[in-house]
Amino acid sequence: MVGFELTKTQQLCRELFHNFAENEIRPIARDMDENEEYPRELLDKLQKAHMFGIPYPQELGGAGADVLTYTLAMEELSKVDASTGITLSVHTSLCCPCIYENGTDEQKERFLRPLISGEKIGAFSLTEPNAGTDASGVQTTADKDGDYYILNGSKMFTTNAGIADTFVVFALTDKSKGPKGMSAFIVDRTMEGITVGTNIPRMGIRAASNCEVAFTNVKVPADRLLGKEGGGYKIAMTALGGGRIGIGAQAVGIAQGAINEAIKYVKERKQFGKNISKFQNTQFKLAEMQTKVDAARLMVWRAAVEKDKHGNYAPLAAMCKLFASETANEVTRGCVQLFGGYGYSREYPVERAMRDAKITEIYEGTSEAMKMIISGTMKL
Amino acid sequence: MKIVVCIKQVPDTTEVKLDPKTNTLIRDGVPSIINPDDKAGIEAALTLKEQLGGTVTVVCMGPPQADVALREALAMGCDDAILMSDRAFGGSDTYATAHVIAAGLKTLDYDLIITGRQAIDGDTAQVGPQIAEQLGIPQVSYAAEVKTTEDGAVVVKRQFEDRYQLLKVKTPCLVTALSELAQPRYMTVSGIVNAYNKEVKVLTFEDVKNNLNPDFIGLKGSPTNVKQSFTKQVKGAGTVINVSADEAVKTIMDKLIEKHII
Repeated sequence: MVGFELTKTQQLCRELFHNFAENEIRPIARDMDENEEYPRELLDKLQKAHMFGIPYPQELGGAGADVLTYTLAMEELSKVDASTGITLSVHTSLCCPCIYENGTDEQKERFLRPLISGEKIGAFSLTEPNAGTDASGVQTTADKDGDYYILNGSKMFTTNAGIADTFVVFALTDKSKGPKGMSAFIVDRTMEGITVGTNIPRMGIRAASNCEVAFTNVKVPADRLLGKEGGGYKIAMTALGGGRIGIGAQAVGIAQGAINEAIKYVKERKQFGKNISKFQNTQFKLAEMQTKVDAARLMVWRAAVEKDKHGNYAPLAAMCKLFASETANEVTRGCVQLFGGYGYSREYPVERAMRDAKITEIYEGTSEAMKMIISGTMKL
Repeated sequence: MKIVVCIKQVPDTTEVKLDPKTNTLIRDGVPSIINPDDKAGIEAALTLKEQLGGTVTVVCMGPPQADVALREALAMGCDDAILMSDRAFGGSDTYATAHVIAAGLKTLDYDLIITGRQAIDGDTAQVGPQIAEQLGIPQVSYAAEVKTTEDGAVVVKRQFEDRYQLLKVKTPCLVTALSELAQPRYMTVSGIVNAYNKEVKVLTFEDVKNNLNPDFIGLKGSPTNVKQSFTKQVKGAGTVINVSADEAVKTIMDKLIEKHII
């Protein structure tokens, strides 16, 4: 690694993301959380700015930027609203990569291009009621029948399910082979037999869509199989391996957004005759928090640069997600504390940041799963 | 339609503070933006291009760091960008600035030039009209709306505080834009990537010297200079007198004479 500076292109992109988040999302973020709904108008605005295909080539309708630029978007958007972050992340770094890396040219043209342009929204359906960290416990089946696969089963906690057009769904084509019997399919929401449940009531990222999805005899044409039969588990794990970088960036954004709010507050709040920003306790707490967030950000950037180089990014991604998510939880809790009573009020944004931060330790691989991955590279 | 938009890179004055000792803007560390009126001009130009076809060229006079303002304009959708930059241009007041920019514009083909009404750091509103004068083309300032007619003319809604005029102008002409003229679109990520793959053409003194008079540029060529910038100090409430109009006039006149103002 040569330097830690962003290129001019990346800097100007960051400015775009920052302005967009401040002008378009900040005024409505609280309502989005309270209403537990993601506004269609906001999706349209994100699409117009080409934010749904940031790291994908312009030849496919993407923005032609890189993974690092995508993490800048994740951070800036999540500073203001973590729900927007995850909506973008699942689409960009879970759903799209499955097709980008494993799809035929025809599949890419047909399914990936509309996703990358943002015309369609993507989702990633792996987790089931009985298969979380143990993803090999997937029970949804895909039985071959002539030119179709018939899908039966149910998925849990599918982010974007309520707003997505295209789902990458993981199902067993061969129940006897365990994870090696899992295959990946590109499924349209409109296919008969798919039922998307209502938004699951959650602690945080409440504006993001997250639902159960049930498949009852869904006829999926065979040309929608991604890669080969039995290749699904690897496709899923590879996608998750990269998706972690986005979640790391989301966590950094949540944490930095909370620190920025806390700084504004402590400079105005007076107790004991002076602004609480003048007390060493406040200063030290903020210094500790900012140091950790800075470290987390650099870890995210390093993982992103490695992925852009097509290097061995998976352990770096796991480390950055592990550290950034734990940092986000510690920092948001600390910021609520700096706000005191007002921090507990929903009228101030820090309690939402604290609620939002928790999920970053859980989804796209729990902190425990990250430790499994990291220790797995250490020859213990 | 060939449209040229003139922009200025300015400090974001919502973020800027005044140095209490000198009463001038503290520019260090303040983010730079495209002047808001100018940005509305870019949007209006891009909208006209979408309706009529043609090109939008953006021109900026400034130091090398103004490059990023031009990249932003390209990322919004402008086709070409020109930076007029040279030590010889430095220190120009509005007259000299307009002289330099006009010299640059003389190298271009245009039907319509759009400038912002005024810059948020200088607040003079002089450069746009002065450019038109130097080019010898008609101008309409304070544009709240710009449309075109079938016969290739431009119709401008010129906004006053309490009314507006509708003016039809032949091209080539110059219009100064209010920020209300258009809500600027965001850059796109692909626009930014492509903007940095384009060339920003730089025009130096050498490139335009045949189009200008060197005595009218730079600090030396500026007929005016800024002596001091200050915020007006709020004074006391003053005295309120309720009298008839004639008595009020007499009271005011007496006061003015007393204070040796007249």
